[in-house]
Amino acid sequence: MKKEIKNKKFSDGEIAERSGAQCVVDGLVKAGCDVLFGYPGGAVLDIFNCLYDAPFHFVLPRHEQGAVHMADGYARATGKVGCCLVTSGPGATNTITGLATAYMDGIPLVCISGQVPLSMIGNDAFQEADVVGITRPVTKHNFLVRNVDDLPDIIAQAFYIASTGKPGPVVIDIPKDIQRQTTTCIEPDTVEMRAYKPHVDFNPAEIEQLAALINGSHAPVLYVGGGAIAGDAAGEITELARKADIPVVTTLMGLGAFPEDDPLALKMLGMHGSAAANYAVDRCDLLISAGARFDDRVTGKISEFAKRAAIVHIDIDRSSVGKSVRCDLGVVGYIKPVLQALLPLVKQTKHSEWVEQTTRWKERHPFSYPDKGEVIMPQYVVEQICAVSNGKATVVTDVGQHQMWAAQHYTYTRPRSFISSGGLGTMGFGLPAAIGAKFGCPDDPVVCVTGDGGVQMNFQELVVPVEHKLPLVIAIFNNGYLGMVRQWQEIFYSTRYSGVALGQEGRLRMQRIEEASGYLPDFIKLADAHGAVARRIFNKSEVTPALQEAFESGKTCVLEFIVDPEANVFPMIPPGHDVSSMMLRSV
Amino acid sequence: MKNIINCLVENEPGVLARIVGLISGRGYNIETLNVGPTLDRQVSKMTIVVLGDEKIIEQVIHQVSKQVNVIEVVNMTKKRHLNREMILVRVASKDHAARIEIVDLANLFDASVIAVQEDSVTLQMVGDQEHIADFLRLFTPYHIIDISRSGVIAVGREDVNGNG
Ligand SMILES: Cc1ncc(C[n+]2csc(CCOP(=O)(O)OP(=O)(O)O)c2C)c(N)n1
Repeated sequence: MKKEIKNKKFSDGEIAERSGAQCVVDGLVKAGCDVLFGYPGGAVLDIFNCLYDAPFHFVLPRHEQGAVHMADGYARATGKVGCCLVTSGPGATNTITGLATAYMDGIPLVCISGQVPLSMIGNDAFQEADVVGITRPVTKHNFLVRNVDDLPDIIAQAFYIASTGKPGPVVIDIPKDIQRQTTTCIEPDTVEMRAYKPHVDFNPAEIEQLAALINGSHAPVLYVGGGAIAGDAAGEITELARKADIPVVTTLMGLGAFPEDDPLALKMLGMHGSAAANYAVDRCDLLISAGARFDDRVTGKISEFAKRAAIVHIDIDRSSVGKSVRCDLGVVGYIKPVLQALLPLVKQTKHSEWVEQTTRWKERHPFSYPDKGEVIMPQYVVEQICAVSNGKATVVTDVGQHQMWAAQHYTYTRPRSFISSGGLGTMGFGLPAAIGAKFGCPDDPVVCVTGDGGVQMNFQELVVPVEHKLPLVIAIFNNGYLGMVRQWQEIFYSTRYSGVALGQEGRLRMQRIEEASGYLPDFIKLADAHGAVARRIFNKSEVTPALQEAFESGKTCVLEFIVDPEANVFPMIPPGHDVSSMMLRSV
Repeated sequence: MKNIINCLVENEPGVLARIVGLISGRGYNIETLNVGPTLDRQVSKMTIVVLGDEKIIEQVIHQVSKQVNVIEVVNMTKKRHLNREMILVRVASKDHAARIEIVDLANLFDASVIAVQEDSVTLQMVGDQEHIADFLRLFTPYHIIDISRSGVIAVGREDVNGNG
């Protein structure tokens, strides 16, 4: 069955026939791609041949997972669609974790994969994999191109799908013979799809109801998620909070959507959120969720979550509204126009008593940690990163304890300044995503906060910033453990540490090794071998100067901080519990 | 509860897999599934019967609606509608008397005999879910050798799910 594409445009003879491979490059250019992260192979040789003359930047990662995370970091830092290109079979299967990571966090990506020739699909040909089948559950959409005439349209559609509605990754699988065939079809100027209509008109009556709820509330809280950043609504969030005097809590993905130096900022909520944020959600009478999806790491025990409040969900994704948590009012629409419509209806007011209460919680329970003299506390390193960079750095994290400390102890004041794998929690994300972010925003200082476990999952990518002479600070928090798992084993499994110690033969439990020879791997030698500047830091007093030097060096710098091995992330609400079970510090 | 969901989808390879994967990937069981063309060559209609409480079904519908190739999703169970399913049943009939008995019972259900062998009768029956359940219940005492069901199809009494 051959499908007709209705608005397919044939050139009027002025454009010569182009190969499918050339259509890929031209389609990327037309879509505004300025960096492509790609890895070659037999099934994409024709595209690579055309890339030789492509006007955009090409970056060669060292693993396809790295390619996708780089495109992802680029997209998170810039708000643009990240682009990557891989070969068939193993090249494509190596992208799965990256695609799933982007899918869970709603990040716009276009990933192009080569495929065996159309006639050989299904024959178990060399390097064949059913890529549309494998990627289906981890993409917003995917295409297998069957006709070269469809290719210009499909590329345009892929960018359109990736970047509109709730954004997400899109895969285009292109058989090798399609890349070599020629077509006179050209790129469409606009995309019109029959079934996919991302534009949603919100219901004005719902906006009025929401305004009435806000105007009648005595103790409101704004609960802001990644959707507010994706929807470019940080300005409107800030305006709403200040106009109606509403304290703001953010999710991990929402960090930066509201300036944390504002008196109304209560910082992150949830399992490792601030006590003030969690108390405020517990006590509020109105909870307005904007682009947040009530993840179980945020809500804990569902029946207790915001139990005194009317709950309002604002989301572009209808399926997110009321999915897990009770919803008293749902507003489906793009956050920015929704808030713009809402703002004039909201009364300028003060909730002095309520705001004073939240401020008292903030003052009584700031994020804190013990002082152990010259022993480096990981939280201190984060604070110093913030101080040394004047809070202007883009912080890209891996997954684990360091991720939570990076979320807690830095003061985020602008959207897209905190980049992290929130939904999937992918170890190995941090380094390649930081590299992608730096390619996207070359003028912003970028720091990767990572663990001694996670950094080993994609360490090979370190050569990329060195090769491209990118100034990048990579802070490895070396606690000698898969720390987050160790913390759970300490708290929930009677300190039976099982499979969490990293390279510490002969080391006693919780002991810091003071000399270099005890480390496996030796990150300094490893970084050195990759051509990066590297330094190991043992003492607290060395932290700030080392960071200053690294930020000023203009080079790719690896700083290995030997941190307190037994530091834990607090506060902590055990999974499935409510705020009354919040542990504020070690017991 | 049983829900009959009609989906209009673009007639493209992969759409069926996407929708089925979406529902089964969440651990919900599809009881029957029927796909067929509509008057518009580029559009197919899927009828999916899923078991689940209201919340689950609502999620399934939102998730399916979200798919790029899905034009419209309607929970027919919530509307005035007609539904039918066809079943083909081969029943063992060891002798003439047994055959008469089976055909008599079939007649009561407006089922028709579509094939007769020495040792079996094949019946065709069309009905709504209740009808089919009754039919099968009354035939359980007989030896049913084989059974095939078409899956439910449904059409709205009012103007839902156009496109033929
Ligand atoms: C790919 C992957 N595998 C396993 C996990 C489970 N996991 C979550 S945090 C963590 C430990 C991370 O250790 P490290 O990178 O050293 O960071 P730390 O927690 O010590 O800061 C593990 C194993 C994961 N999130 N991702």
